[in-house]
Amino acid sequence: MSDNIDLSTNIAGVQFDNPVIMASGTYGFGKEYSEYVDLNQIGGISVKGLTLKERKGNKPPRIAETPAGILNSVGLQNPGVEVFIKEDLPFLKKYKTKIIANIAGNTIEEYCEMAEILGDSQVDAIEMNVSCPNVKAGCLAFGTSPKGIEEITSAVKKYCKQPLIVKLTPNVSDIKSIAMAAEGAGADCISLINTILGLAIDINKKKPILANNFGGLSGPAVKPIALRMVYEAAHSVKIPVIGMGGISSWEDAVEFILVGASAVMVGTANFVNPTIPIEIVNGIEKYLEHHGHTGLDEIIGKMDLND
Amino acid sequence: MGKLLNEQIVSTQMLCKDVFIMTIRSEYVASTAKPGQFVNIRCGGLDAMLRRPISICDVNKAQNTFDIVIQVKGSGTQKLCSMCQGAVDIMAPLGNSFMLDDKHKNICVVGGGIGTFPLLYLLKASQSTNKTALLGFRSGEAVVLEDKFRATANTVEIATDDGSYGKKAFVTELLEETIQSQKPDIIYTCGPAIMMRKVAAIAQKNGISCQVSMEQRMGCGIGACLVCACKTQKGDDWGFSHVCKDGPVYWSTEVCWD
Ligand SMILES: Cc1cc2nc3c(=O)[nH]c(=O)nc-3n(C[C@H](O)[C@H](O)[C@H](O)COP(=O)(O)OP(=O)(O)OC[C@H]3O[C@@H](n4cnc5c(N)ncnc54)[C@H](O)[C@@H]3O)c2cc1C
Ligand SMILES: Cc1cc2nc3c(=O)[nH]c(=O)nc-3n(C[C@H](O)[C@H](O)[C@H](O)COP(=O)(O)O)c2cc1C
Ligand code: FES
Repeated sequence: MSDNIDLSTNIAGVQFDNPVIMASGTYGFGKEYSEYVDLNQIGGISVKGLTLKERKGNKPPRIAETPAGILNSVGLQNPGVEVFIKEDLPFLKKYKTKIIANIAGNTIEEYCEMAEILGDSQVDAIEMNVSCPNVKAGCLAFGTSPKGIEEITSAVKKYCKQPLIVKLTPNVSDIKSIAMAAEGAGADCISLINTILGLAIDINKKKPILANNFGGLSGPAVKPIALRMVYEAAHSVKIPVIGMGGISSWEDAVEFILVGASAVMVGTANFVNPTIPIEIVNGIEKYLEHHGHTGLDEIIGKMDLND
Repeated sequence: MGKLLNEQIVSTQMLCKDVFIMTIRSEYVASTAKPGQFVNIRCGGLDAMLRRPISICDVNKAQNTFDIVIQVKGSGTQKLCSMCQGAVDIMAPLGNSFMLDDKHKNICVVGGGIGTFPLLYLLKASQSTNKTALLGFRSGEAVVLEDKFRATANTVEIATDDGSYGKKAFVTELLEETIQSQKPDIIYTCGPAIMMRKVAAIAQKNGISCQVSMEQRMGCGIGACLVCACKTQKGDDWGFSHVCKDGPVYWSTEVCWD
């Protein structure tokens, strides 16, 4: 990496060495990919969504491939927040990559309790998932109205020792009001987009492919929607925005930064190419150099709409 | 440990309609792969973006090559089978492997359709003195690799659903007959879920240990995305394990077959 370009990005006081963060649910707890990638070179990892108690997840099939995308219905399988802290976090803390704990709950109290438990751990930030389409109770319900977001954000914020990132769902009609509600209620950052609710059919069986029927769409297919939403959100709040949805090249990442993202998250693309995070970091750096910039700040939100 | 590799295709040949054998040069895979493991191959394009898991069918350590046998199902396998030369982007070898034990003098493999392929490498790697292969196919036209199985197993029996080749039977019927004449020390099976479930039940009824190779749709292939769930016994409880990392091979008694 060249010395005169600063790829670091500051999200609510947490300094990430570079803006490339692994999206929750696509990177496990980091260990699996550590055989393929030097985790020290990745800006951050948002871990698999955690719940207060262990969750077994949904029945398989949990994945269906669709043109330029995938539908998943994992259903938040995870060992629970305490087991994560005890058994998985120590491995991650051996690296300098920043660790974001992604949390989901059925009730506001559950979110608060998790934030409290994580307060005594070494995670660098908390990402509150109020946007998972694959679980029946709670979660998504909080994320679809400004009032719901406001209520849960202000409650959970009181228990947070680390910065609170609120992860928004694209399954709403007005993302601006949702983003503003999160900011107003004390969110330190917002991240978007989570997956878009979708359906894939097996025409021979005349049934949905996913056992859970509906699932969340991710991958290149969602990128234009995600970009538009990140643009709208970033232009309606002052807190930093982390953008994601279909990023599979450094060019994609630059697009998200130009529309206002202070960092990006990469999900589905990891399945296709495990070294993609490193390629994106290097590509962003070359882009900055090529355009005569010295730091990421010089391009964040620097895309203006046509007159 | 699996690695991300860019390896050269040596050849791709048609075995029968829609089934192709591909030989790939890879010192790493040839020297480390164990029977039951798979490769996760990038097929390319936006309609087959995800990698496709394909079992390792055979390994040639002297030539530093390995074989995979692919049945064309949809766009991914279609693309893969049309690759005749050049490089393939693979993650390999992945997954656990069949347990081979020198104490087992008498082994039996039961394969159905594309599930027969990984059993060939298992038979080759096994040191057992008596190896039986029971293979089931839709029809005579779908029977592939018979000569290779005959070259490594002491007994090979073939069943077809329509009776156009071998015996008109399900492969599980062959298994019941085999057990009557000579009880194997262990059974290994790979194929359609209903077939494996039946094999598992026969093994249990006869007090024979049995390993099954499960199949599930995959995202990452290495245990990070948690999509490839398989319901398994966990003490008195159950849980979803992951075929790509905890499997594909399980003891038949570990799997919840409901
Ligand atoms: C561990 C393992 C080993 C395998 N070994 C072999 C082998 O040796 N030879 C062989 O021909 N096939 C094998 N398969 C099945 C093979 O992976 C699928 O046939 C293939 O993924 C189909 O892809 P497609 O694009 O042609 O079909 P499509 O139907 O277009 O695929 C759509 C999606 O469904 C998934 N999918 C479809 N069928 C299956 C299936 N049966 N199992 C898992 N995922 C599926 C695909 O991966 C893809 O994500 C194996 C599967 C697993 C899990
Ligand atoms: C298999 C899978 C599991 C996911 N699990 C979670 C999760 O637990 N928590 C969460 O906030 N988002 C989860 N997501 C959403 C991603 O973090 C991300 O928002 C989405 O996939 C869009 O980015 P992408 O197109 O780069 O994948 C999951 C996505 C996938 C594909
Ligand atoms: S395919 Fe990702 S966990 Fe198995």
